[in-house]
This record gives sequence, C-alpha cells and structure tokens, in this order.
Amino acid sequence: MTQKKLSVRIDGELVNATEGQSILQVARAAGKYIPTLCYLEGLSSVGACRLCIVEVSGSGRLLPACTTPVQDGMSVTTNSPKLARYRRITLELLFAERNHTCSVCVSNGNCELQAMAKTLGVTSIRYPHNFPKLPVDLSHTRYVLDHNRCILCTRCVRVCAEVEGAHVWAVTARGIQSKIVSDLNQQWGEASNCTSCGKCVQACPTGALAEKGFAVEEMTKRSDHISMIAGRKGVHA
Amino acid sequence: MNRIVIDSVTRIEGHAKITLHMGDDGKVADARLNVTQVRGFEKFTEGRPFYEMPGITARICGICPVSHLLASSKACDAIMAVRIPEPARKLRELLHCAQFVQSHALSFFYLSSPDLLLGMESDPAKRNVVGVIEKYPEMARDGIELRKFGQQVIEALAKERIHPSWVAPGGVNAPLTQQTRDRILSGLPRARAIADKTMSFFKGVVDQFQEEIEFFGPGPTACAGLVDRKGALQLYEGFLRFRASDGLILEDGIEASDYYRYIGEATTKDSYLKSPYYAVLGYPAGIYRVGPLARLNAADRCGTYKADLEFQEFHRRFGLVAESSFLYHYARLIEIIYGLERMEALLNDPAILDTHVRAKAGVNSLEGVGMIEAPRGVLIHHYKVNEEGAITWANLIVATGHNNMAINKGITEAAKHYVDGTKLREGMLNRVSAVVRAYDPCLSCSTHANGQIAMQIQLLSPEGVLLDELRSH
Repeated sequence: MTQKKLSVRIDGELVNATEGQSILQVARAAGKYIPTLCYLEGLSSVGACRLCIVEVSGSGRLLPACTTPVQDGMSVTTNSPKLARYRRITLELLFAERNHTCSVCVSNGNCELQAMAKTLGVTSIRYPHNFPKLPVDLSHTRYVLDHNRCILCTRCVRVCAEVEGAHVWAVTARGIQSKIVSDLNQQWGEASNCTSCGKCVQACPTGALAEKGFAVEEMTKRSDHISMIAGRKGVHA
Repeated sequence: MNRIVIDSVTRIEGHAKITLHMGDDGKVADARLNVTQVRGFEKFTEGRPFYEMPGITARICGICPVSHLLASSKACDAIMAVRIPEPARKLRELLHCAQFVQSHALSFFYLSSPDLLLGMESDPAKRNVVGVIEKYPEMARDGIELRKFGQQVIEALAKERIHPSWVAPGGVNAPLTQQTRDRILSGLPRARAIADKTMSFFKGVVDQFQEEIEFFGPGPTACAGLVDRKGALQLYEGFLRFRASDGLILEDGIEASDYYRYIGEATTKDSYLKSPYYAVLGYPAGIYRVGPLARLNAADRCGTYKADLEFQEFHRRFGLVAESSFLYHYARLIEIIYGLERMEALLNDPAILDTHVRAKAGVNSLEGVGMIEAPRGVLIHHYKVNEEGAITWANLIVATGHNNMAINKGITEAAKHYVDGTKLREGMLNRVSAVVRAYDPCLSCSTHANGQIAMQIQLLSPEGVLLDELRSH
C-alpha cells in the first residue's frame, strides 16, 4: 500500500511529506534546523529532552517535533523568540539538574549537551543547581556509567533494545528521582544480559557512558555509526 | 596595641592573613599565618574513576596545574603499575621545566620584584608590577617575556596553557612533532639570555639585602628535595632527601611510596593548612623547608653546566646549607637557568620525537603515590582505589604545606625585628608579608582551598583582643 502524500508548511514554506513522518523528519529534509538531544536517527523517538518543540498553528501548546506526526495542511514554525526562550530554559534545567562539570569531564569538547549549549547561546545557568549526590558505576570491566552526567535521553535504553536486542537498560523511578538502571537494577558489571558491545556508550550524547581509562577530554563518541547500523538493519519502531 | 592583623597579604597566590600577637612591652611575641579557606578535594573525589584524577586535581591551581597533573598522573601510573614509555617521560619532564620557568618568572618578576626593585618601604600603591614597568621597563619586559616563553612551551606541547589534558595516566596523549620541537628550540636562546641577565643583576644587588637575609628567618631547619641516585637535582622524578641544617643527610633515597614513613601531618586550630613535619624528629622539632632554596640545599649539584656554576657560587657565598629564606629568590633564578638547560638537553635528544608515548592498563595496584618537585616544592598525590578503579581515599601534600611551620617561624622572627607596636608603619608590615612572599606560597593549592589574591595582618593583645588590622585588597 502506498503511503499518502501530504502537503505541509514549515516556516511558511510549502513542503511535501509522507504520512507517518514526524515534523522533525520533514523539517530536516527541508533543510530546517531543529535542535535535538534525545533523538538519534535510526532509533525510535520518545520526545524526552523537549528541545525539538515547535509551534503548530491551531495547537495551543508547543509540540515535540520528533514524536508529532505531520498532518495534511499543517503549518509549523521551527524557530521563534518564544521557542528560543523555551529551549534555553529546557537546556538550563538539564544543566541544573545533575552535576555537569564540563572542565573535568571525559567528554569535554566532544559532548552533544555542551555543543548544544554553545549553539543555543547558553553561557550561564539562571537556576540554582540541584547538586544531587549520585554514584558512579565502575563495575563493568570496559565501561563506566556516571549518573552525574546523564540527561535521561534514553538513547542507551533504545539502542540496546532496538539495535543490539539485549534490553539491558531501563529507566527506574519517577520525575527527578529517575535514573537509568542495568538489568533489574543491578550493577552494570553483574548485568548478565549485557553483551559488552558498547553501543550504549557510542549512542550516549554526554560523558555519562564512557569507556574506561579515557582521561579528561579524551572520550569521543560515534553516534553516526549507531545510526548507520540501525539504518542497515531497518530498525525503526 | 596588642594584636596586628595583616589582611590580606598581597602578591601571593591564595588568600591568607597574618596575626601578630604583641607582648606587654609593645614588641611582637608571636606571629601566625592563617590560611582561611578549605576546598575538600580529598573528600569529593571519592568514588571518581582514578584516571579522571589528573584532570580534577589540576583544578586545584591555575598557576601550577601542570605540577598537579603530573603528580596525579604519576600516582595513576602507579595504580596501573606501568612503566611509561621513555619518550613520554621525557615529554613530561620537558613540560614540567616549562612550568618551572613560567611559575618562577611569575614569582620573581611579578610578585617579588616590586619589593626588591622599588624598596620594601616604597609607596604601596606603586609597589606592584605596574610600578616596576614604570621605573624599570626593561626588567618588567624581560619578566613578561620569560613567563610568556614558559607558557607558550606549555601551550605548544599540551595545546592549552592552563589546565591542559595532554598528560594522562600512562604517558601523554600525543607525541611531539618536529616543527614544535624546532619552534621551542628557536625561542630558547632568548629565554636563556634573559635568565642570565637577571641572574647577574640579582647577584649584583643581593648584598644590599643583608638585613633581610639576616632577619627573614626561619633559622636552621632541615631541607627536603628530590635528587637522583647520585645526588643531582631532579624535578620530575627522583628520591626524596632530607638534609639537616648542618649539612648532614638525615635520610636519602626515599621512594614516593614510602613518603608516609617520613612525613607526618599536624593540624592547628587557627589555619586550614596542615603542618607536615619530618616524622623521625616528630612535631614540631621536625620542621623542614621545601622549594627552590631547600632543593638546592638538599642536592649536591644541579646536573647542567651553567646551573652548576651558579650552584657552586651560591653555596660558596652562603654555605653548604644556605639558611635565610630571602635566598629563595636567588635559588629560584638558578632553577630557571636549570629548567632552560634541561629543556634544551631534552629537545636535542632525538628520542623525544618517538611516537610511542602511552602505556595502557587497568587497575593493577590498589594504591599509588605520585611525587614530584612542583615549583614551590615537593608535591605528593596519594590515592587508594577499589578493584573497579574508584577512588576510595586520597591524600595530597603540597609544597606550601611543607613550608607552613617555617613560614610561621620566619614571620615571627621578621615581625620581632621589624614591627614596633608603638609606631606602626605599613612598610614594617610589608617586610613581614615579604617573608611569606619569599616562599612563593600557593595557598589555594596548600589547602586545596578557594581563594582570592589578598592578605591581612592582625595585631592581638596578650588577651587575644584585636587591636589593629591592616587589610590589602
């Protein structure tokens, strides 16, 4: 069955789309920039980070572009002063929530969160930092999980389930107590489902998941490889 | 008039005040250096992966991040139980020599030369590097150029002047290119010329400071420094040696991992800075000094040509163990010469271009100690980890800590000589501050404490009542 062709307006520009595509996919195909952190091409979309919010005519609230399907005749605004303000607030809250100390992070200089702050012009955080006391899981022989640097984007959860098929990662608890856990809340090193493939590490946008032994600024990620592998296997939820 | 507070002591790195306790006769009875902040690096690094420690502990200081980086990396090397590749060892030493040059230049030209050139009693508003630029522009330019050279070598090697991440557990993360080597080599002759010129200048004027040499204290103390197996000065590696004030070697060949057998740490209630002491003699008899003067007292020679000539002349003039802390300035200049000569020797060794610069390993030892000579003296990083590599315990002993007791003794002697409680003058207090400055203390390092560059002097009555206070901002 052929998919229905749709016609939508992105920032006033008329573009063609296919039914089932998200606003993000259509906008990116049309060369529009929408910031994202939790989205990774090839993995399912969950709308966790809220950076991709857009304005849709007729809708009273802002909608995440990665999980909102396009509809025929839809009119979308991808950038406006209001969106820029909300995106900055969202990003600042991400920084304020946990202990993101870029200068001593293994991913300093190669971090998507840090790069996003630069892109959106976030140079200081207006909110009081939460400074939670969070553990570092060093139990895995090759990798390390530092909850301090996690933004709960769940890319690791999705890549492990959808690409590797191991289903090691999950999110536990609610709200600000949320954190990712391996297997049934065991230490990572004791998670028997883990194949040590390292896809979660490569998919992670920050220094939360990293390879052991990499000192400050040394960890670089290849999330493009994850998209490539996912695309090759045709994995799209 | 029983207590003077100098708050804050200027032209030092970090925040401190001096309290002068006065006797009933209006004379100084005791003087204490109070270091007023705490930062807690040893505590909050618990649980971190050990290989992140160099990056984290380097943030203790913006003047000597390189020294902390190296000491920490050496402690990590010990945890990994690796012997780092020889080119990496050479590159680390090269970086360290550059760090010495820039840090010593900062101390001598920026912080202390105003006292030496403009006079201890000169107008405090002008008694700073700007005043030096006005009256001695050539000297000021030399100082700026020499420090710039050191900083640029650090940048050329490690990509950043402050807080580079080039040094990592197991070695360094990129080899040296031929172009960079040649660039550094081309800048060396000019740097050496400045160092030689400044040395000659200082030797010419040092005799004008007889009074300071006599009264800067702290009297006879032991000296500690790193030396190699043959007794020559070492900055990057070597064994700790304690030499008594009479020239006798108290202990020699102390390995990093054995430091705790010889160094105890006492705490005092008026300062966040601990007081390390030579454990064999106990507290407080085990007072000792570290840093440029102590290093040249501990070592038998420097090991490079020009520095050795200066070393011999220095000891001919001031004895086998030069006592006065005023001579720290002299020793600092000799070490700049040594650092530049070592850099040249290292850069002219073709092996330094070798590309094998990193050893990799996991946790092979649950404990590691890194010991190095930072510009201000012996720096020790000691970590314990669990089998997964998480830090469970950390202890850092930094140069200014070793000198704590000597500084207190020195300022007491200087205050007794210079400060007359009945007619207080700013210049008197500056001399007391200058004693502290001679050690080039890094107080933010020493307490791993958060500080501003400022100092304070307090005058206390015998009952402890605050009588007078001088603050500089």
